[in-house]
Amino acid sequence: MSIKNQRDFVSGLLFTTTGAVFAVGAASYSIGTAARMGPGYFPLVLGIMLSALGIVVTVRATRAGPDEDGGKIGAWAWRPLLFILLANLAFGATLAGVPGLSLPSLGLIPGIYALIFIASHAAAERNLREVAGLATGLSVISYVVFVLLLKLQLPVWPAFFSR
Amino acid sequence: MDLIANLSLGFHVAFTPGNLAFAFTGCLLGTLIGVLPGIGPLATISMLLPATYALPPVSALIMLAGIYYGAQYGGSTTAILVNLPGDASAVVTVVDGHRMARLGRAGPALAAAGIGSFFAGCVGVLVIAAFAPQLADVAFRFGPAEYVSLMVLGLIGAVVIASGSLLKAVGMMLVGLLLASIGTDVNSGVARYTGGIPELADGISFIVIAMGVFGYGGIIGNLGSPKSEREIPISKVKGLLLSWEDCKRIVPAILRGTAVGTALGILPGGGATVSSFAAYAIEKKTKLHDGEVPFGEGNIRGVAAPESANNAASQTSFIPLLTLGIPPNAVMALMVGAMMIHNIQPGPQVMTSNPELFWGLIVSMWIGNAMLIILNLPLIAIWVKLLRVPYHWLFPAIVLFCAIGAYSTHYSPLGIWMVGLFGAIGYAFAKLELESAPLLLGFILGPAMEENLRRAMLLSRGDWSTFVTSGVSATFLAVSALLVLIALRPSVREKREEVFLEE
Repeated sequence: MSIKNQRDFVSGLLFTTTGAVFAVGAASYSIGTAARMGPGYFPLVLGIMLSALGIVVTVRATRAGPDEDGGKIGAWAWRPLLFILLANLAFGATLAGVPGLSLPSLGLIPGIYALIFIASHAAAERNLREVAGLATGLSVISYVVFVLLLKLQLPVWPAFFSR
Repeated sequence: MDLIANLSLGFHVAFTPGNLAFAFTGCLLGTLIGVLPGIGPLATISMLLPATYALPPVSALIMLAGIYYGAQYGGSTTAILVNLPGDASAVVTVVDGHRMARLGRAGPALAAAGIGSFFAGCVGVLVIAAFAPQLADVAFRFGPAEYVSLMVLGLIGAVVIASGSLLKAVGMMLVGLLLASIGTDVNSGVARYTGGIPELADGISFIVIAMGVFGYGGIIGNLGSPKSEREIPISKVKGLLLSWEDCKRIVPAILRGTAVGTALGILPGGGATVSSFAAYAIEKKTKLHDGEVPFGEGNIRGVAAPESANNAASQTSFIPLLTLGIPPNAVMALMVGAMMIHNIQPGPQVMTSNPELFWGLIVSMWIGNAMLIILNLPLIAIWVKLLRVPYHWLFPAIVLFCAIGAYSTHYSPLGIWMVGLFGAIGYAFAKLELESAPLLLGFILGPAMEENLRRAMLLSRGDWSTFVTSGVSATFLAVSALLVLIALRPSVREKREEVFLEE
């Protein structure tokens, strides 16, 4: 057996796993009967359908695929993936704090600086002065738009400042 | 004259200074954000949705409709100026539109797109006003079984028009339906798949999924692709006016595009994307006049027809949404989500229980359209400047706005992190060539589908044949099956791939 279409092969595995996870999870809820479906019925049926479909997609990927390039997935963009996710994680932690790690809420403005500085690493090259300017500009825009105009309940400054 | 009475009620509601201002703001914001490369109507609406939470429902929907049209037109502007379609429906506009821009004819191209969209929008509004009540009457006779079958039809429609593999699109739809089951089960109160996390009890917010998959996922994908593919020099925009010859050419093209778009928009699962492809295909079949530029080399009809079709379709696609509660595409699915946030369950009851809302929205669509043309024709010069914002400034800003938007859904950092999670998932989907639109549609339809399925099965005492013994339900299922069969036929399959790969 050889893989003719890498993308489809992985997609199929992904479907099968996702379907199986939901189906197994559904089994722990009450299933009920067709006439009186419990909370587990709908996800169980869908999970089984998705798993079965995943198997079909995987098996078909081992036969001749329609793509000339062999359906290669290609290189992953690790750098942007890593830094975008890190920026996102840092923004959430800075904005609201993580009580479990005894990290206090630092608020919107420090969060924006953290996010922009980390996210800028996602691109291959960056200019520190430009990044600082961008973070400052976005801080002003975000404060005016989200806090003053839209009145979202956002902590703006560190929690220990306002007390 | 019900039509006139209804429309005048709508004008009465929508023509207040406040609502006009909301329509204007929506159009402006939608265009401003939609004109950014890589941000289509879907991402724009998901980003701006939190901004409408605080408004009364009518104003919120009016503003959202404005955002929708603004974003769609903004997407076409980017398509023409920088060869970057904001969303799938602008893909065809790129072909001739960007060619025209390179020839220094960006002005006429943008004008043709604007005028075509406005005309198509006007026709679309009239069609809605004339046919929506009749369609709603039909919808009132629907029981749970009919709704389930109709949703199956809508989902199958989305799967069939998705590009790439049919099987994978079905898989994505199922993933969407499963993700929708996360959260508290309405019938039993059991918390499903929440892992004890209280924020998940209400289920995952669809904005979080949309922003993650389309916003973050798109950025990661863009940054991973070579620089030359994202940064394209912008040609100088010379003049805006259409020549007399241009006018003569675009009138029939706009008429044909409008007709195609109006018809396709009404079908659940049709939507703007297919209609622009269909209109371009039809336009290409017509004979070229003497001295006319061939298609693909900057023919103005190749801009006018798909743009009209796309706008007519996005207008009439409100019909299945407002009368049946079935969103025909991912953008409309977002609109359903927005309505639900304002405690409006879209469906035939909206028209009778909330006539001000219904007709106000329809009239405001027309106002939004008119606003667009007033706003955009003079502003093209500014849009061009906005497009010069380099991508390395743009993407951190998008990452930030999505994060703030996500925080405002639950006021919990978990919402922000979920966007990150779905960003990674969305990037993986793109690498595996898995279409996200069927997933989003499945996710939005999931809860209603489960509820109606359970109700239908309860009524039939567990007899599955209830779905084929009712004529209406059986028809929907038969049409769904037919769609799948047509899509599976080898000749159509090739055509389908060809349409989506064109240029």
